[in-house]
Amino acid sequence: MAILIIAEHDNSTLKSATLNTVTAASQMGEELHLLVAGEGCAAVAEAAAGVAGVSKVLLADNAAYGRQLAENLSLLVAELGKDYSHVVAPATTTGKNVMPRVAALLDVGQISDIIAVEAADTFERPIYAGNAIATVQSLDAIKVITVRGTAFDAAASTGGSASVDRVSPAHDAGTSAFVSEEMAKSDRPELTAASVVVSGGRGLGNGENFALLESLADKLGGAVGASRAAVDAGFVPNDMQVGQTGKIVAPDIYFAVGISGAIQHLAGMKDSKVIVAINKDEEAPIFQVADYSLVADLFEAVPELESKL
Amino acid sequence: MKVLVAVKRVIDYNVKVRVKPDNSDVDLANVKMALNPFCEIAVEEAVRLKESGAASEVVVVSIGPKACQEQIRTALALGADRGIQIETEELPESLSVAKLLAKVVEAEQPGLVILGKQSIDADNNQTGQMLGALLNRPQGTFASEVKIDGDSVNVTREVDGGLQTLNLKLPAIVTTDLRLNEPRYAKLPDIMKAKRKPLDVKTPADLGVDLKNHTRLLKVSAPAERQAGIRVASVDELIDKLKNEAKVL
Repeated sequence: MAILIIAEHDNSTLKSATLNTVTAASQMGEELHLLVAGEGCAAVAEAAAGVAGVSKVLLADNAAYGRQLAENLSLLVAELGKDYSHVVAPATTTGKNVMPRVAALLDVGQISDIIAVEAADTFERPIYAGNAIATVQSLDAIKVITVRGTAFDAAASTGGSASVDRVSPAHDAGTSAFVSEEMAKSDRPELTAASVVVSGGRGLGNGENFALLESLADKLGGAVGASRAAVDAGFVPNDMQVGQTGKIVAPDIYFAVGISGAIQHLAGMKDSKVIVAINKDEEAPIFQVADYSLVADLFEAVPELESKL
Repeated sequence: MKVLVAVKRVIDYNVKVRVKPDNSDVDLANVKMALNPFCEIAVEEAVRLKESGAASEVVVVSIGPKACQEQIRTALALGADRGIQIETEELPESLSVAKLLAKVVEAEQPGLVILGKQSIDADNNQTGQMLGALLNRPQGTFASEVKIDGDSVNVTREVDGGLQTLNLKLPAIVTTDLRLNEPRYAKLPDIMKAKRKPLDVKTPADLGVDLKNHTRLLKVSAPAERQAGIRVASVDELIDKLKNEAKVL
């Protein structure tokens, strides 16, 4: 039986998390179908048809799915999912919101946030904030799974030639409605997709000082993140949080600036290729995981680093 | 309007968990346990709804062995009115938890059910959404703001890239994110008072729910340790290493 993958998109572009999920799904079985559910999202379906390894794109274009409301989308996915061996989505806030509803409607369990595929029914996933890795076997006929994107390479976005089939069921539960959204306006790449991430912690002292990190990130074409301590202190919004309770990132270079290195933060960035830590406390636990450690005052070191790059 | 809050007993978030030598599971023997932090935020939100007049009663429910009564008492000390323990020996999987909670919801008919978005042990992030599907009720997950508005509720959600506000028809399900509120500390008189608040004990059989496992835990292992690298003495040395050794610049 084939595998149904739920595409992450905003009705105009296919999000890269989908590509990592395609790679994870390709390790579970051969025939991959990609569902693009949204409103006015034909362009996304076209892009999805080009993804290497995908044999069929299902396009559900309906106002009920325009905002990816979990109540409506889960009804659609559960209906389509009955004919598949696996239903797989990226572990983004959309996937996390919708998939457990799909699992409950299908009366099966869900395996969340997998980081490796051992067999078609056996997966690895982090538990206890990444302090342990569980190997879990699904006993269900239909496996509902969310995938941690940073644990899998992205599938090629071109080279595929899938057919696009329109699927008609329109489910509108009529119980929820979109009111508004406030998206962070930024020309910087998205945290989870950036190849360079510059993160700040409590050591920054206040929100204004994050400007130092922003200019370093801009010079490197990177994104800016933060530790939970910096979020809890009110320096920056929660969507910048890197850690087990925030975003999981794995860039080529991760700069941890004024971050002590709590376990919960490490869980969100320890798979980065190269970790650079700048902290004036030479006992900071972050230095135990950093590839390059600089014991220095960040207010001197960061501007110097930026000017010399 | 009645508010139902589901809470879970988990390892204290300050404790570093260790994997058992035989890799069968993590070792929780003699480890400090506590109310799951996201559940604590859920209790606080329900109590605030009661204090503002939007809610009339706060009922807290927990599933697990007798020890979880400790966490129910904590929630009662924080301001919940009464507790329900559903006694199980093992901790059931999310779908079974959701089925048990659905039965409690059918009996109690709360206008709002508030849960933590995830527990810090299994990190599944599933129960609230599953409950929503089983009851065919709308959900506001990862909430950073909850505003009751007549027969509906506006929930602002922490989503990738920003915030999203949804309007949900009551009855509804809400799961909490970190910034929803800052939970209070229980005062000693409230802790004493909590001991006298009613606490019912039920079993899954009472509720007519058959606990079923959908997964098998094969192994638990420690994550690969990352080795500490080197100290650099200056920004110049750092740039040199990044360019010439790591080759990432």
